[in-house]
Amino acid sequence: MLTNEMINMLQAGRKNGWLMEPEAKGLFAAAGLPVPRFAWAGDLKEGLRCAAEIGYPLVAKVVSPDVVHKSEVGGVAVGIADDRQLQAFYEKVSGLAGFAGLLLEEMVSGTELIVGAKIDYQFGLIILLGIGGTSVEIYRDVAMRMAPLTSEDVYSMLHELKGGQLLSGYRGREAISKEKLVRVLVDFAALVQAMVPYIESIDLNPLLCSGKDCVIADARIMLGEVFVKTGGADPSFAGERM
Amino acid sequence: MNLSALFAPRSVAVIGVSAGNDRHPANVIFTKNLLRYPVRTYAVNVKGGSLDGEQVFPSVSAIPDSIDLAVIAVRAEYVPAVLAECIAAAVKSAIIISGGFAEAGHDELQDHLVRLAEGAAFPFVGPNCLGVYSPGVVDTFFLPTERMVQPAAGDVAVVSQSGGILVDLLVKFAREGVGISSAISIGNKAYIRELQLLEYLDADPRTGVMVFYVEGFGRNEGRAFVQRAAKCRKPVIVLKAGKTSEGSAAVSSHTASLAGDYQVFASVLAQHGIIEARNELELVSYCEALSCYPHTVIKGRVGIISGSGGHGAMAVDSCVAAGLFVPRFTEAVQQSLRDSLSENIRTIASVVNPVDLTGSAVENDFIAAVDAFCEITDIDSILLLLLPYLPGISSDLGARLSKVYRRHGKPLVAYVPHIEKYRMLIDGFELNRVPVASSIESAVLMTHVLRRCRLC
Repeated sequence: MLTNEMINMLQAGRKNGWLMEPEAKGLFAAAGLPVPRFAWAGDLKEGLRCAAEIGYPLVAKVVSPDVVHKSEVGGVAVGIADDRQLQAFYEKVSGLAGFAGLLLEEMVSGTELIVGAKIDYQFGLIILLGIGGTSVEIYRDVAMRMAPLTSEDVYSMLHELKGGQLLSGYRGREAISKEKLVRVLVDFAALVQAMVPYIESIDLNPLLCSGKDCVIADARIMLGEVFVKTGGADPSFAGERM
Repeated sequence: MNLSALFAPRSVAVIGVSAGNDRHPANVIFTKNLLRYPVRTYAVNVKGGSLDGEQVFPSVSAIPDSIDLAVIAVRAEYVPAVLAECIAAAVKSAIIISGGFAEAGHDELQDHLVRLAEGAAFPFVGPNCLGVYSPGVVDTFFLPTERMVQPAAGDVAVVSQSGGILVDLLVKFAREGVGISSAISIGNKAYIRELQLLEYLDADPRTGVMVFYVEGFGRNEGRAFVQRAAKCRKPVIVLKAGKTSEGSAAVSSHTASLAGDYQVFASVLAQHGIIEARNELELVSYCEALSCYPHTVIKGRVGIISGSGGHGAMAVDSCVAAGLFVPRFTEAVQQSLRDSLSENIRTIASVVNPVDLTGSAVENDFIAAVDAFCEITDIDSILLLLLPYLPGISSDLGARLSKVYRRHGKPLVAYVPHIEKYRMLIDGFELNRVPVASSIESAVLMTHVLRRCRLC
């Protein structure tokens, strides 16, 4: 299920131990999962050209192997309206440790969910769904299932979330498309199943869901220790054991 | 691999008895099986000789009988040779009591045992364990008979990584009247593990409910276990303790931080229809209820009967906290309930649900109320809070109410304070396979578990 292109993308992440956001999004896009239109610009000149293609307003984020939590270092700007603002953002972040360019992408809105995957020592691949946002680790409103995942599993996860009402149009908010969410989660779980020998965990945080769509607004893939060291799939996760 | 020789051996060799130390584990095991169990029991020590007038054989191969089960209690370094000898002598299974293997850092010695067993498809339990206790069949626990508390024979099988927890659970089971089919301590679980025992017990006609006390699974071992357990028709209950040390991932992602070992464990159990008991009270309550009602699945709408308004109110609180429903009865139902009661309480009883028959109720009022509850379609189980000191009831009430249950089949759970004075009342229920809790909280847990819900 993993193409050579995807395996090459995973290989490219080995030097850092993880796939940075544009790398992770590239992989998910290749697998047919929904990501915003995005571009990875190495310098300001390229950035301005990409911005013209995507169109303002847009989101700009710093790309750096040394920055795992971008917003904590001021590395995210939402609603960049023109070239001047983009240049100002570039000047602010280009001095950050390990600066490796800008990620520019179209604006997406919706309710913030977190979707994750983790290789559990005892149970293998675990898929997580929760109410997202910056306070995710405070409320810890998440549901987990052992993969593989059916659409019934996803519905029961939604049912399990305390904040599930927020997704069904609470107090005039737009209800999210549960069908789209189920589709994304089942596809994501199937993709990650094939990635098990290579990874340790994955965050899609947030996955932005609206009445029409669910889009991966941020993503990172933490690679497995054996894969990072050897470049080969972790043999202890041979296919038939999963 | 056939495990029946482990659980129902007809002949046992106890290897490593001591000529000079009567408290040696092997001596305790030898003596109790020789004197108290129908199994043919032989003592083995390389020095030969005799023990309490019984011949001691110098090796297992010297015994003039075919041996179903060898209980090995020699020093760790001698165990591989003894195990090899058992295999060569066509012994059918072994329990290795001895410690001093992986738990003491001697992984290589333990791996040696596994290689021997794998080569011969020879089932062994342990090392570093108590082995098997099957009431009326065999008992390899090296605990003196007079101090062991043994629950009655029943249909709950218990598998435990910890021998200490297992023995303690048996004490609790005995106190609460939970009967067991077999109890097995698997220690280091070098070869026979939870998964094989799950398969064996699922097919074992004496077992109706399976309990596993788990400290941790090996890599991906949990996955195989839950997938197999999901296929069992018998209830599977797991009590989880401790954390795995290998499972720690660098907490660089939110997912790794949110999906801690225990959270994953609990979610995966629920996903596969395995009942998680979070503590001892839950475990004992679930075992008793499921042992009585192994195939009953209710929706969780409870009717409550008591002789005290306070008991009814406390039970409602516990029910709601557990996610159970206590529906208010319709006017018509209330009227027919009231009509069924004796004249002296008809006007003072509360019949809304919970039903409070008051302290003036007599025996027939309880019977009439349970009888009526069996016909009410708004509820699918009955919670009966019985106060044995009410003047109007007798010690036969348990048995009489159980007969009502037998007629209708709607599950009934009773609460009666567990003290010796009320034993006859409790026995009246338990002999008729109606579970009796020793607290309101436990009675609600017994009702809750009958939902058998995967995720609720």
